[in-house]
Amino acid sequence: MSVEQSHASAEVAARVERRWTIVAVIIIVMMALLAAFAGIHRATMPQPRVETIDPSRIHLSGEFVESNLGSVLEANGTVTVRAIGQQYSFTPACIVVPADTPITLRATSADVVHGILIQGTNVNTMLVPGYVSEQLMRFTKTGDYLMPCQEFCSFGHEGMWGKVKVIDKADFASRAKGGGRLSCVGQ
Amino acid sequence: MLVNRKLILAHFWFAFAVFGVALTLGAWQMFIRSPIGTWLSNPELYYRSLTAHGTVMGYVFPTLVAMGFGYAISESALEQRLVGVRWAWAGFWLIVAGSIMAVIPIALGRASVLYTFYPPLIGNVFYYLGVVLVVVGSWIWVALMSINLRVWRKAHPGAPVPLAMFANVAGSYLWAWTAVGAALELLLQIIPVAAGLKNTIDAGLARIFFSWTLHAIVYFWLMPTYIAYYTIVPRAIGGRVYSDSMARISFILFLVVAMPIGMHHTFADPQVGAGFKFIHSAFTALVALPTLLTVFTICASVEIAARLRGGRGLFGWVRALPWDNPMMLALAFSFVMLGFGGAGGLINMSYQLDASIHNTQWITGHFHLIFGGAIVIMYFAIAYDLWPHLTGRELIDIRLIRTQLWLWFVGMVVTTFPWHWVGILGMPRRMAYFDFGDPAIAPQALSVTLSAIGGFILLTSGILFLVILARGMRAPQTEAGPYRFSLAVHQPVTVPVALNTHALWVALMIALTITNYGYPILNLALSEGTSVPAVYVGAQ
Repeated sequence: MSVEQSHASAEVAARVERRWTIVAVIIIVMMALLAAFAGIHRATMPQPRVETIDPSRIHLSGEFVESNLGSVLEANGTVTVRAIGQQYSFTPACIVVPADTPITLRATSADVVHGILIQGTNVNTMLVPGYVSEQLMRFTKTGDYLMPCQEFCSFGHEGMWGKVKVIDKADFASRAKGGGRLSCVGQ
Repeated sequence: MLVNRKLILAHFWFAFAVFGVALTLGAWQMFIRSPIGTWLSNPELYYRSLTAHGTVMGYVFPTLVAMGFGYAISESALEQRLVGVRWAWAGFWLIVAGSIMAVIPIALGRASVLYTFYPPLIGNVFYYLGVVLVVVGSWIWVALMSINLRVWRKAHPGAPVPLAMFANVAGSYLWAWTAVGAALELLLQIIPVAAGLKNTIDAGLARIFFSWTLHAIVYFWLMPTYIAYYTIVPRAIGGRVYSDSMARISFILFLVVAMPIGMHHTFADPQVGAGFKFIHSAFTALVALPTLLTVFTICASVEIAARLRGGRGLFGWVRALPWDNPMMLALAFSFVMLGFGGAGGLINMSYQLDASIHNTQWITGHFHLIFGGAIVIMYFAIAYDLWPHLTGRELIDIRLIRTQLWLWFVGMVVTTFPWHWVGILGMPRRMAYFDFGDPAIAPQALSVTLSAIGGFILLTSGILFLVILARGMRAPQTEAGPYRFSLAVHQPVTVPVALNTHALWVALMIALTITNYGYPILNLALSEGTSVPAVYVGAQ
């Protein structure tokens, strides 16, 4: 190869490379923009606030005492679900919620790291002891969903499965009439 | 010029021996959690096995391969005897000792915390000390790589550092800094608790420290593979590296942007706010760049080989490639698996898409495709390529090598594709068994069975690999000649200082880590009342 030929081929190589780099950069910028759009426009972003809680005292006082766990219909028509995970179960073991209603899930762990995953939905969050996890959710279909613990929490991890029962909105409202906290118990 | 062959062989043999053990455990795990193996449903044994599998595959095996390959590169690319051979042996023995120290408590069931530790779960202190020894041993290698390059630079002022060594040293710096996250977690948080000096721990902070290590460690595993793509494959198939500077840019980009992205592993965690998660997500997208550049450069390099062999046309050259050459086969398989695994990774990096597959079997499928697939198959190729130079004996079982690579590729696809599928269905990971009698879970039985079959295909391939290497130690002697690396189409005469040294990029790597991790770590470390009681594994 003569010097001129070599020089020309180096230029071709550089040009092709440059084009490829531009394509690659465009792909990456597009992905970041899509994520930003989905985050801002569809409000699917992680919880913005960090809340702490003492796991050794949650059963004694505060938001996560046993009588306050389960689903509650708020005055504004939304529903709040409170749950805790501990080796090796969720409390409540079965959560009951209405369809077509904005729901806030607030949960924490009483001991080690657990995870809440509702199969067939995008509800998926970690329960880290010392911190409160909050996730917004909304179900369009009634039915039963499995809710396994998705994070290794020691030997009984594979046995830690909860359930979510999504019922009709009116049904839920009539059950919630008397106030108090709802779970699947008694169904 | 390979002088310290025994040192390099020791690293490779120990790496592949523990790999064989961990691979067997992996196949066993898949078998007993599938519907065909429910006769043994002992979760305790399962999690011991899982901890051993992860610890070996995550820390011991890739570190030893990177080190052994690194010493080989240092000697043959720089054409200079390794400086600090005694230290290198010391590092090796530290890793052997650390591995044994870690494995004993695992086998006794006192450290079933998986390789990701999961505080406030706390295992036996010797498990963590063993892991620390492995890391310390590898840091000796990092120092030696740096020192050897420095010695060479003194003797060759201003000369371009050979690409293989440039990349090798970049990989070692990446590892040194990446390991700091887990080291901080172990030394400041876990070991004091495991040793009984404290009984509370901040689990949220520990997870952030670990995420510092957890993603960039994958790029450390990837480094030998990428070095093989650029500096072995083109030579082995009769081609040239398309662009030496593009290769350098790719390795520099890995060094800089692989580090500050780990928080995408904690998208669903409550201890970090949304802002830093978004920043880490964007940086994760950025790390796709060096891989995209590599895919281009390597395809172009391979095309050169095909055209030199008479390949014609827009795509006709693909047929002219030396497909019976094991290196060509390994590269093609590696690229296919990297393609699927990388596409999965792009899904994981986006918070919005990650929500549907976070901590499901999808993730297991994704990283087995990347590490077990794209990366490990090139470790095989590296071993095959180096073996004649290390042993002075020819590897004659070329057909067997091809069979082994095929089996690995098929096994990996059969294992991981069903995992991706059940992951989308919401199957959680790290489960010792499933109740396939539950009508909601029963439809996943077929996929889990397929994966288990894939596991046995992989095990067969792994055994074949060890057999080929062992037979290679007893083949007739030959002179393999000097170990050489691929030449570039335009071999660099001079290289800009920025592409010939690491200082600027290491500084950038550290600075980016501090901006991306500094505030969240300080914030967590300074917040009161976030420490929770430790839960000791195996304690009654």
